[in-house]
Amino acid sequence: MGSIKEIDDRFKKFGTVSFTSITKTNDFIDYLEKGKVMGTRCKDCGRVFFPPRADCHQCFAGNMEWSEITGTGKLVTYSKLEFAPIGFQEDVPYCIALLDYGDYKVFGRIASDLPEEEIKVGMEMKTVVNKLPNDQLNYVFAKTE
Amino acid sequence: MSKIAIIGVGQSAFVRSYPGSIRELAFEGFKEAMQDARLTTKDIDASVICSAPEYDKQRSPAGVFAEYLGLNPQPTFYVESLCSSSSMGVRLAYSLVKSGLHDVVAVIGFQKMSEISSSESQERMGRGADIQWESPFGTMMPAYYAMFARAHMEKYGTTLEDLALIRVKAATYGQLNDKAVYRKPVTFDMFSDPENRMSGPVASPLRVGDCCANADGSSCIIIANEEKAKALCKKPVWIMGLGAATASVNLAGRDVFTGLAVAQQAGKQAYEMAGVAPKDIDVAEVHDCFTIAEMMAYEDLGFAKPGEGKELVKDKATYKEGSIPINVDGGLLSKGHPIGATGGSQIRTIVLQLRREAGDIQVKDPQIGLVHNIGGVGLYGNVTILSR
Repeated sequence: MGSIKEIDDRFKKFGTVSFTSITKTNDFIDYLEKGKVMGTRCKDCGRVFFPPRADCHQCFAGNMEWSEITGTGKLVTYSKLEFAPIGFQEDVPYCIALLDYGDYKVFGRIASDLPEEEIKVGMEMKTVVNKLPNDQLNYVFAKTE
Repeated sequence: MSKIAIIGVGQSAFVRSYPGSIRELAFEGFKEAMQDARLTTKDIDASVICSAPEYDKQRSPAGVFAEYLGLNPQPTFYVESLCSSSSMGVRLAYSLVKSGLHDVVAVIGFQKMSEISSSESQERMGRGADIQWESPFGTMMPAYYAMFARAHMEKYGTTLEDLALIRVKAATYGQLNDKAVYRKPVTFDMFSDPENRMSGPVASPLRVGDCCANADGSSCIIIANEEKAKALCKKPVWIMGLGAATASVNLAGRDVFTGLAVAQQAGKQAYEMAGVAPKDIDVAEVHDCFTIAEMMAYEDLGFAKPGEGKELVKDKATYKEGSIPINVDGGLLSKGHPIGATGGSQIRTIVLQLRREAGDIQVKDPQIGLVHNIGGVGLYGNVTILSR
C-alpha cells in the first residue's frame, strides 16, 4: 500500500493569478484565511521582513517567527491601471500601491471601494485581507476610520 | 593598463513586426557591425548573446545564433538582465577581453516581441518583477514607472506637461532616424486633446504618449583589445568607464521612489572609473522606457539636481544643440525598445556620435559620451562611458 504524498501548494490561492504554488511561507495563506496579514521576524537578529521570508540573509539563523502587520502605514505612491496584463482584465480598473510602515514597506492594491479622489499620497492606511471574486485571497489598503 | 575598444557597431531597423525568425533578425545587426568593422567571422574569438526570456520559443539561443552567424566553433555566452541585457553583455565582453581570454568579442542583443500579443507582453514584463509577492496583484511596467512618476510629482511638483515635453523631443529625433519604429511627429497639444491617442490612459498618471513603443530588433557591438583595435580599426572608440548595480526586486525593499538607486550607483562607478564628471559628458543615451524614466535619469546621472530635471527639457538643454544632448536618436520612446537589443543600440548611437558619423543627428564635436541602460523597474542598472 503506497501512500499518496500530498503536495502543499497553498500559495496558489494568493492574488488574482498566483505564479507560485509552493513556498516555505505557505502559512501566509492560512493566516489570510483567518483575516491576518503576516510578515516574518528573525528571532536571532530581530529584523522584520515584508514580504515574509523563510530565510534571514543578515544572520543566516533560519529561526523565523510570524509577525502580524498591524497599525497604519503612509501611502508612498500608487498608480491606477486602465489596462491590465493577461489574466487580470476583469479586475480593471484597480490601483497598485506602496505603504510605508517605518521598519518595512508593503506592496499591494488599494481597496476597490475607495474612490480615487479620496486617495492622497501621504495618507495613513491599513492593510486588510480581501477575498477576490474568483475565491482567491489577497490584501488591500483601506482608509483608517 | 591596456585599453579596451569598440571597433564595430550595427543594428537592424526597429520594426513593429519583423518578417523573419529570431536568428535572421540577429543576423541583421551582426552583419552591419561586421561590415562596419570590416571583419570576417574568423576574427571573432567569442560571442555574447543577449535577450530577455519568454518572448520566443527558443531555449538557449546562444548556440543557435553562433551557428547561424558563422561563429562555430568559437565559444558563446548568454547574458540576461531584462532591458539592460546587451549593456551587461558589453560588460561581460569587456572583462573577457581585459582578462586576455579573448581578443575580439561580438555582443549581439535581440528581441522579437511581436511573437506574442500586447497584453501577453505586459504579463511577461510584469513577471520581470517579483512573481511571488507583486505579480499576483496584476502589475505591469507602465504602472510601476507610474508609481515613480507620482512620487516625483508629489515631491518636486513635476507635471504631466513636463513629461510630455520629453515625448515631443523624442519624436523630433525619431523622425530623423530611419531605424526608428515610430517616425511620426508628436506635438505638445496632442496630450491635452482627449480624442488623441497620446492622451489615452494607461496607468495613472502615465498616458499612452508617455510609454515607449514595443519593437522587434537586434544590435551588435564588437569589442577588442588595444592591440587589435589599433591594427583593425581607423576610429576605435574607447570604453572609459563601466558601472553596474542591482536593487531589491520588490518595491517594498526600496528606499528611493523619485529616482533609481541602481542608476545613481552605476553612474558613480562609471564616472569614477573614467575619471570624469557629469559636466564632461558631451552626448548621452538614457533609458527612456517612459518619459518619467528619462527625467529621473537626468537627475540620477547628475545632469540636473534632484527635482530639477524638468528645467533641462524646458530649456531644450537636452536637444541636439543644447548643453547636454540626450536621446537624439529618438530614444526608446520613438526609436523603439526591443528589450535585449536596446543597450547595444544605445551604445551604437554614441559610438557613431563620437566617430562623427551620426548624420542628421550629429552633435557638435563630442569627445565623451554616456549610455544609461536599466533592466526591470530599476532592478538592474548599467552605465557605460565612451570616448574617442
